[in-house]
Amino acid sequence: MVSFDMLGKWCWLVPAFPLAGALINAALRRKLGANVAGGLATLMTALSFVVSALLFFGHDPAVTPVKVVKLFDWIRVAGMDIGFAFQLDALSLTMMMIVTGIGTLIHLYSVGYMHDDKRVASFFAMLNLFTFAMLLLVMGSNYVITFIGWEGVGLCSYLLIGFWYTNPEYNYAARKAFVMNRIGDVGVVLALCLLFSLFGTLDYTSIMDQASGFGAGNPLIVGATLLLFVGAMGKSAQIPLFTWLPDAMAGPTPVSALIHAATMVTAGIFLVVRSSVLFELAPFTQDVVLYVGVGTALLAASIGLFQNDIKKVLAYSTVSQLGYMFAALGLGAYSAGMFHVTTHAFFKALLFLGAGSVIHALGGEQDIRKMGGLKGVTKITHWTFLAGTLAISGIFPFSGFFSKDSILANAFAHSPVVYALLLLGALMTAFYMFRLLFLTFWGSYRGTAHPHESPLVITLPLMVLAVLSVLGGLLNLPHLFGGHEAMKHYLATAAEGIHNESLHLSASTEWILMGLSTGLVVLTIVYAYGLFVKKTTLDGAPAQMPALKRLIAEKWRIDELYAFLFEKPYGWLSTQFARVGEDRIFVPLMNGVGNLTLRAGKVARRLQTGNASFYLFAMVAGIIVFLLITLYGG
Amino acid sequence: MEPVVSAIRAVPLEHYVYLSFVLFSIGLAGALFRRNTIIILMCLELMFNSVNLLLAAFSAHHSDPSGQVFVFFIMLVAAAEVTVGLAILVMMKRNVDSVDVNQLNRLKW
Amino acid sequence: MQYLFYLFAAISILSALFVVSAKSPINSVIALIVCFLSIAGHYILLNAQFLAMVHIIVYTGAIMVLFLFVIMLLNLNQSSEPQKKMVTRIAAVISGGLFLLTLLAAVRHGIGIAPHNATFDPGVGLVRSVGMSLFQEFLLPFEVSSVLFLSAMVGALMLAKKDAPSNAPTPYIGSPDTVAAMPPTMDAPDQPNV
Repeated sequence: MVSFDMLGKWCWLVPAFPLAGALINAALRRKLGANVAGGLATLMTALSFVVSALLFFGHDPAVTPVKVVKLFDWIRVAGMDIGFAFQLDALSLTMMMIVTGIGTLIHLYSVGYMHDDKRVASFFAMLNLFTFAMLLLVMGSNYVITFIGWEGVGLCSYLLIGFWYTNPEYNYAARKAFVMNRIGDVGVVLALCLLFSLFGTLDYTSIMDQASGFGAGNPLIVGATLLLFVGAMGKSAQIPLFTWLPDAMAGPTPVSALIHAATMVTAGIFLVVRSSVLFELAPFTQDVVLYVGVGTALLAASIGLFQNDIKKVLAYSTVSQLGYMFAALGLGAYSAGMFHVTTHAFFKALLFLGAGSVIHALGGEQDIRKMGGLKGVTKITHWTFLAGTLAISGIFPFSGFFSKDSILANAFAHSPVVYALLLLGALMTAFYMFRLLFLTFWGSYRGTAHPHESPLVITLPLMVLAVLSVLGGLLNLPHLFGGHEAMKHYLATAAEGIHNESLHLSASTEWILMGLSTGLVVLTIVYAYGLFVKKTTLDGAPAQMPALKRLIAEKWRIDELYAFLFEKPYGWLSTQFARVGEDRIFVPLMNGVGNLTLRAGKVARRLQTGNASFYLFAMVAGIIVFLLITLYGG
Repeated sequence: MEPVVSAIRAVPLEHYVYLSFVLFSIGLAGALFRRNTIIILMCLELMFNSVNLLLAAFSAHHSDPSGQVFVFFIMLVAAAEVTVGLAILVMMKRNVDSVDVNQLNRLKW
Repeated sequence: MQYLFYLFAAISILSALFVVSAKSPINSVIALIVCFLSIAGHYILLNAQFLAMVHIIVYTGAIMVLFLFVIMLLNLNQSSEPQKKMVTRIAAVISGGLFLLTLLAAVRHGIGIAPHNATFDPGVGLVRSVGMSLFQEFLLPFEVSSVLFLSAMVGALMLAKKDAPSNAPTPYIGSPDTVAAMPPTMDAPDQPNV
């Protein structure tokens, strides 16, 4: 085995492989066929995964908890020294494993899913570019490198959501995602400026070292963390910037799986965990993070209850789960948050890919009211989807049970109210997920297309992910079940905040909490079974629903609210500027300058008589004046 | 060599300066005064020479030969300038049948 | 010796005045030659012997003869030159005088001209000293000036040679017969003040 120090020098290979794949695919996008392009992209991600895995398993946190690999000096101006460097520690290695591992599976899946698309090579170029940007984000050793990746995933997200750009609605969705992300990015940029003025550096290690010098509640730290959280809100789709994520389902399904479930949306979580030392110093920000997280979890889950688009349900579920993660971060339970990131990456990627498989099987149908009874036809998809659904609902012993339970336990230790709210969210999650499962796979078929099982290239990633979803809980098996919270201890070597975590609950309390949540979830599932399998209750148009249900089904009219609050005033302002600013001020100003010059020229050209004697006179007069000025003027 | 020194020193430098100023101003006034292009060219030569005289006088009084080298170069330039100037004059006479400088007023506006 | 200076000075000023005021160009040329000769006398008084000789050869011998040739070739010796308006002439004299006054004031007020003659080399104007300076310090400009001459020569030939018969009819663009034929331009200027 090569030593970690030796191998660490080659860590740049991890982002380099996807970048190379992106460049090759982009350059040869008209020449490469679907299988070649997809194979190349998958191979590159797989190679990247292999290197990541070598690094991950070679990494012994007891020996080298943090290793910074500097490639070159990047920005070096007075007082500012930003190197292009990667940081290898428990946190970044874990994220690298998730990004490249799930990325590889999704690339493989895309080979089958995007096979018939005309621009398949462009698609894989973007997908690889996205992987590259995400790796840059998690591997950067300072905020600036992370920010490059941050912007890069935003860009790729825009490109991929609008991949089918001939559809104006998809373009609108892409623009929406871009603008929402941009709002968050402004927060990040401001946070970076503030942090630089505070610490004089943006390197994670130096900031973490210096941070202890600041007292808890330092207003500048609070401001910086709030701004960072604004960025995290944009990227990780929290209230109030979450509306882009459901619309982002306009992209191809693998994109939804890769970006909007498994990787990109966790960037916000990653950023907060990376900066956990700072967040620990800002209790106010932690409260804000907690309440925003809880609010998002509930709001998104409630919207998910009445959605009829298979991907939309999953999208709102993602937003809701992200809310859970932020709630965990707000509670200071960073390891629980990261654990949930990991398990969520497994089962949400699985669910999205399964949904993609269903859509593929039905030839593009996404409305669950026109599905049903698919479990007989698409056996593998059904069983894997069931595993994912059980995992996200938090049924023992699936991975989601452990991660969600650890968040709930932390919430209970903080306050029973937060616990109750989060439990309510978990119940709603179980309800809408089983509604989705029952309406899609159980009952009788209500559509017109002829369903068929997807090819192996699609089902293989599903099976792998299903195994991971089932067994993912073992990564951080709590003491209660004979484990020793391996992931928590591993991550604690990288993030100061995890080190300080302490959860004081007696074993009996934990047993009660687990039993309570599991019992209620099972009851919810039974209720859903009765509602959707026994009777197959289908929602009609929102107009016929009761008022509250209608409001929820129309997504709490948040889009309309934003349109009223921001789009309309902005449009009005733009019109005013166009009418007053453009027509009354700028155009006359420009014309005025032109006319003035023209008129001045008409006057001044009289001087240009063409008469040499006159010129000579003028010259002599000028010389005299000049001499007089030099003599007496000063 | 002593007589040479005293001969040069006999006339103060200021007088050369005044003389060349007067010559220059006469040349300038002439250039403004006359309409005949050939006279104007001559006035230019006069002004050149007043400057030459000034340079030579300074050179002699400062014992610096470069002043006289400058005069030499000015003569070169003046010779070239006169050649071209007179060629233009010939051209002008041929084309507009006049040497009146006011005829050359097309280059305006 | 200084009387010679004042004599030459008087000759040069008077002849210069005559250059400006003479009716006939031939007279002007003759007066200018006299003026140049007196300036050559100044050079000799300054012990600038080389300069004096070159001056006589170049100016009196070449340039002035060129002037004479041109005058004779073009038959310019009629005193039919149209006079400028009286106002213009007065203005010309005044501006010349003003210029002189300004220059004198400049000398009086601060522009120091007094030589700081710690060492005085009487051989400065001799061929030897000027030659040394010219061919050592100023060798490059000296050589480059040959290019200037070449271009002046070519330029003069280009300008003065008669057009080939093929394109002879092309008239001078501003000549009276073309002006009449020119279409009125959009923003017609005032009638040229011929």
